[in-house]
Amino acid sequence: MAAMKMTVVKPGLFTTIQDLGRWGHQAIGMPVAGAMDWFALRVGNMIVGNPEDAAGLECTLSGPKLHFQGSGILAVAGADLQPRLNGEAAPMWRCFKVHDGDSLSFAGPVGKGCRSYICFGGGLDVPVVMGSRSTYVRAAVGGLHGRPLKPGDVLETGKEQPLVERTVGFAPSFEDIYAVEDVRTLSVIEGPQIHMFPRESFERFCAQIYEIGPNADRMGYRLEGPTIEHKAGADIVSDAIPPGSVQVPGHGKPIIMLADRQTTGGYAKIATVITADVPAAGRMGPGDKVSFKAVGLQEAVVRLKELARRLRDIRIQAADYRSRPRPVSSAPLKRPDKGSMIVTVEGEKHRVDWETL
Amino acid sequence: MPITGDAFPRAGWAGDSCYVIEFGDVIDEEINARAVAFAAHARMSAPDWVVEVVPTYRSVAVYVDSFRAERDVVAETAARWLRQYSVTGREEQVPFGIPVCYGGDFGPDLASVAAHAGIDEDEVVRLHTGQVYLVYMLGFTPGFPYLGGMNPKLETPRLDEPRVAIPAGSVGIAGKQTGIYPVESPGGWRLIGRTPLTLFDPFRDPPVLLEAGMRLRFTSIDGDRFRRIQEGKETWPQ
Repeated sequence: MAAMKMTVVKPGLFTTIQDLGRWGHQAIGMPVAGAMDWFALRVGNMIVGNPEDAAGLECTLSGPKLHFQGSGILAVAGADLQPRLNGEAAPMWRCFKVHDGDSLSFAGPVGKGCRSYICFGGGLDVPVVMGSRSTYVRAAVGGLHGRPLKPGDVLETGKEQPLVERTVGFAPSFEDIYAVEDVRTLSVIEGPQIHMFPRESFERFCAQIYEIGPNADRMGYRLEGPTIEHKAGADIVSDAIPPGSVQVPGHGKPIIMLADRQTTGGYAKIATVITADVPAAGRMGPGDKVSFKAVGLQEAVVRLKELARRLRDIRIQAADYRSRPRPVSSAPLKRPDKGSMIVTVEGEKHRVDWETL
Repeated sequence: MPITGDAFPRAGWAGDSCYVIEFGDVIDEEINARAVAFAAHARMSAPDWVVEVVPTYRSVAVYVDSFRAERDVVAETAARWLRQYSVTGREEQVPFGIPVCYGGDFGPDLASVAAHAGIDEDEVVRLHTGQVYLVYMLGFTPGFPYLGGMNPKLETPRLDEPRVAIPAGSVGIAGKQTGIYPVESPGGWRLIGRTPLTLFDPFRDPPVLLEAGMRLRFTSIDGDRFRRIQEGKETWPQ
């Protein structure tokens, strides 16, 4: 199957091309970027038969309107931004086919998260820059010219299409553990500079409900709520910032550092969101409420293993779906419930009528 | 996990996928030389569960594959690297010159740095251009050099409220540190001037102008010269 093209009719609020990130260049200060909710991107890619690290579109709050040239398959995964195919409701977490002239749009968020991923069979074909197709807007690197989509942009899928007819209709059964709740609890382990805070600060940090403030983007979320005091100043000699780090600048408002976070920074870090909960953080947006639960390293590792199991289970379902026997024609096979046949017994032909009882 | 202990080097987890080895908690050329040497050794002998190794001023972050790395093995491996690595000397080099237009719109915090130091703005410029700096590390954004060697008189705390957008080329001060913003980004550094040089260009090879271990010096230029260099009418270095 040839590559499918699409024209961006409306770009949406902030739509960028993302894969699993530009790892390996933090030593020269290159942020990792990549999908904020990498669980959704991985699952979306599995649904359409792509490698999990294929590039898709990360949509924020209002998704894009895309007009397709040629046919192909896609899936929408992550927060429900109400996808529409030619104006009709389109499914989430399910592989469906689009044809020449179709358009995909979004009606808007239903209030359960703000980031959604469109994964196309074959992935999106943009140049690999420093090992990744992810867009890092602040340095104008990767994606489509290093920037969010604009009206009139033309995107193209990769030429290596998955087994289209065997993949259409696939919708894995799984629990979407990252769906945004009224108050989302993120598990954290104590941060590397926890000794820079009074002893009770970490417990207090975990006992509060914070709201994600208006300064919330792919770099990080500033949290609104009770401020956190330091023992003596917020500054450290800059060191590395892993994903999910919760740093506390002098103003006392914690900031969760996410996909586009700087590689190093000089604010004391009170906590780190465990890797298994980073996708949940990545799906949230301004106004969402969040609280933190202290766990140990062992539990963080257990949660990671659960996540790995979930992903493996979906991978198995995808392989199973594609390997099921299929009728040759695309029309569903209809088995008749009655008919007749000719049976030959000792050289004599008999006509036999039969029906399903 | 808190990284605690009285003696350096010390190590611990920053989250569940990043193991940090600290060689000190101050800005110091010897400590930095250890971190850079350790990182080089770690990269050379990295098992396949190592995603990347990031040296900083005084520590090294070892990012591991979340799904594959056994946490005990990571700690054991880092301990072995600590026994194996060795620091080699840093050779003398001619400092790389960075032209900077100080003050005005390019350096909105020059006055507050001067006030904090109790000196006038010209003296801030004289002190800032009077040193040879070591590029301790690149970080924060692509190509951002963290420089050591600033005159202690210029030490000024970060802004309590970080700026949302700082223009590329801005030269700033934060505590004991001075540096240059290679791309527009938010940040809490006090801005004293701007360079017309492009520190990061992903389509240039190599994309970054500076690298860890380099020495550099700032040179004061006026607005006209800033524009000439920026527009390519004057080449730099001459």
